[in-house]
Amino acid sequence: MTDGTEIPAAIDMQEVGLRLGGHEFLFDCRLPAGSIIGVTGPSGAGKSTFLNLLAGFDTPLRGRILFHGQDVGLLHPAQRPVSLVFQDNNLFAHLDVFTNVGLGIHPALKLSAADRLAIALALEKVGLSGFEKRMPATLSGGERQRVAFARALVRKRPLLLLDEPFAALDPSLRREMASLLSDMHRESGNTVVLVSHDAEEIKRIADYAIFIDHGRVAVAAPIAQFSTGENHPALRQFLRIDES
Amino acid sequence: MLQTASERHRALTGGALGLAVIVAFVALATIALLLASGESSIAAALFEPYILRVLRFTLLQAVLSTLLSVVLAIPIAQALARQPRFPGRIWIIRLMAVPMGLPVLIGALGLIGIWGRQGIVNTLLSGAGLAEPVSIYGLSGILLAHVFFNLPLACRLMLAALERVPGEYWLVASGLGMRPASVFRFIEWPVLRSVIPGVAGLIFMLCATSFTLVLMLGGGPAATTVEVAIYQSLRFDFDPGRAVALSLLQIGLTAVVLGVLALLPDVSDAGLTAGRTIRRPDGAFAGIRVVDGVLLLLAVLFLGLPLLSVVVAGLRADLPKLVAQPIFWRSLATSAVMSLSAAALSVGLCGLLVRARHTLSLGKSSAGKRSVATHAVFGSMGAASSLVLLVPPIVLATGWFLAVRRFGDVGTVAPVLVVAINALMALPFVMRVLEPAYGIHQRRTQRLSASLGITGFARLRLIAWPALRKPVLTALSFAMALSLGDLGAVALFGSDSFVTLPWLVYSSLGSYRTNDADGLAVILGIICLLLTIAGTMGGTRREAVAHD
Repeated sequence: MTDGTEIPAAIDMQEVGLRLGGHEFLFDCRLPAGSIIGVTGPSGAGKSTFLNLLAGFDTPLRGRILFHGQDVGLLHPAQRPVSLVFQDNNLFAHLDVFTNVGLGIHPALKLSAADRLAIALALEKVGLSGFEKRMPATLSGGERQRVAFARALVRKRPLLLLDEPFAALDPSLRREMASLLSDMHRESGNTVVLVSHDAEEIKRIADYAIFIDHGRVAVAAPIAQFSTGENHPALRQFLRIDES
Repeated sequence: MLQTASERHRALTGGALGLAVIVAFVALATIALLLASGESSIAAALFEPYILRVLRFTLLQAVLSTLLSVVLAIPIAQALARQPRFPGRIWIIRLMAVPMGLPVLIGALGLIGIWGRQGIVNTLLSGAGLAEPVSIYGLSGILLAHVFFNLPLACRLMLAALERVPGEYWLVASGLGMRPASVFRFIEWPVLRSVIPGVAGLIFMLCATSFTLVLMLGGGPAATTVEVAIYQSLRFDFDPGRAVALSLLQIGLTAVVLGVLALLPDVSDAGLTAGRTIRRPDGAFAGIRVVDGVLLLLAVLFLGLPLLSVVVAGLRADLPKLVAQPIFWRSLATSAVMSLSAAALSVGLCGLLVRARHTLSLGKSSAGKRSVATHAVFGSMGAASSLVLLVPPIVLATGWFLAVRRFGDVGTVAPVLVVAINALMALPFVMRVLEPAYGIHQRRTQRLSASLGITGFARLRLIAWPALRKPVLTALSFAMALSLGDLGAVALFGSDSFVTLPWLVYSSLGSYRTNDADGLAVILGIICLLLTIAGTMGGTRREAVAHD
């Protein structure tokens, strides 16, 4: 995987521009299907805006967003083929684990026997068998994120968007969760977009990475190339290449 | 040791004094009630069919008012929460604060202007061939008015609850493709369910002790609440025995409601529309936007039209002539002096209680554990501030009316009594503003002040006043607005020689000088709203205040 353009693009952002709170954003990039794509950059540079555009929470002023060739720019978040995992509050605190996962299959919770089985299997896959009746408040932060992963599993969407999903976890747990994510990705073959401010994490699990700086995609490259800093001063500084 | 012995001594003596004054004032009224009629007549009077009917109506209208206010507030709060970028949204939320700061009397005038016989609604409906289908008088009118005053309160409290939901919930819900029904079932309802008991309890309390609205829109044996029946039995029938029985019934009723209320979770609209932007992709669908827009428009019309009607009717009155009358200036002066005194008294009493409670709470930390006695005093000082909720203004007024009558002319002490009652009415609210502010201030400064040895007047002038000026002014302005707009306490004592502005409005209405009443109402309303706005700038809400 040396050149992202050879693989069909899962995400194609064509001159996507918008203005938010006095900041200008202009994203233009093609991201390879079936890979884990790391999105990184200094805080405030536009990482979350990038993700919000993909999810449909922000609407572009101009430009086109294509998922596998289909224009999704005007689609409501619910109609896009994506699953989402945030840093916090992924689970409805007043609903038990089973219901939280089940809502991923049917948003009004009309579940068949097969669906119930799928929920149990997904929970097993993330290592939470038998947690169906537990309430989110009784789970640790890592366990809550695992439930969110289980929900993403049952949704079977080709695109998984994660916004700093491990930022609230301690380092060893973060590593464990990242490898769980890699396993899930290998099994399903979906495309994963992982926003993280942690350069090490991106290097560890991503196949491809983009660096966002001042509202633009400054660098987009396969991870091996990306890790060298690509002679981009801001990226080199971010990766602390010059220091070490 | 954060306080010197003399500071501690002064604080505790002051608190004890404040507590004694409040308890004595309420207790004397209650004792006077009990003495005014023998036990046998009370028991007999309590089971009179008239009194039972009044009690039944009081409960019925309170239940229906609460139900309507809460149920109708749900879709409006939902719509407001779902449309964070609705044009003029912040003004809708502010409009919802207006009925809370407006004297009830004036709101009632506005409602009569819109829903009365000559009002817009009935004109439109009779134009459509219906003969006066809406009556502003009787049960329907009382319900309408209670919804007007309490729906916005319910709405604000529910909206605040919905806005406390983590922002990700709405994004997750949209991502999962939830329809409005699912969003309601899985997110909104669980949140609302947790605040509705508190909201409903508060509104029930306000409606069960509603005086002015029922006085104006009800009346007659078929539509009278306990509070109004007390007033009527003293003012018109002069039947002290019945007034006493009704008063004791009212105390029993409020005691039960307060008891239930204490079990319900506390509600607050703190943090309403504060800061962070909330994304609601589920509200972005065209269909939902139309529905929400129509709902909000209806809510704005329902709340705004009566207010507009007060202004329009007021401007139509002969204001220069009104203002030229000596009675206007006399009542304005009376109201000004009374509301200032009541506010000062309320804040003063509150200061004594808060300082003593703070001193007692310090005693706990240095001695390790609070003694039972300290705990009891601490609690009773808090409870005393809310005593007026248990013994409503009209009951206090009745007790004192009966007590003073034995010794001579009620008229001479009437202003003092009304000031005292108004001060007590404002006290629960004043406590809510000042106690947290005082606590925060002390936590910030007490160590430093103690180490520098700043005490006494210097501490008050240099440390406390600059920090506490804002909450004190907030409390003062709210207490003034409350006292200025109050008709409940003054209703029993009002006479030709003792006239406040609300009393002047009310007696103008009674003598069919409606234009005068409209003109005076707009003046009084503007004064009260300005005071409330001045107070709200401190960032505190007055949902705790019972509008009579």
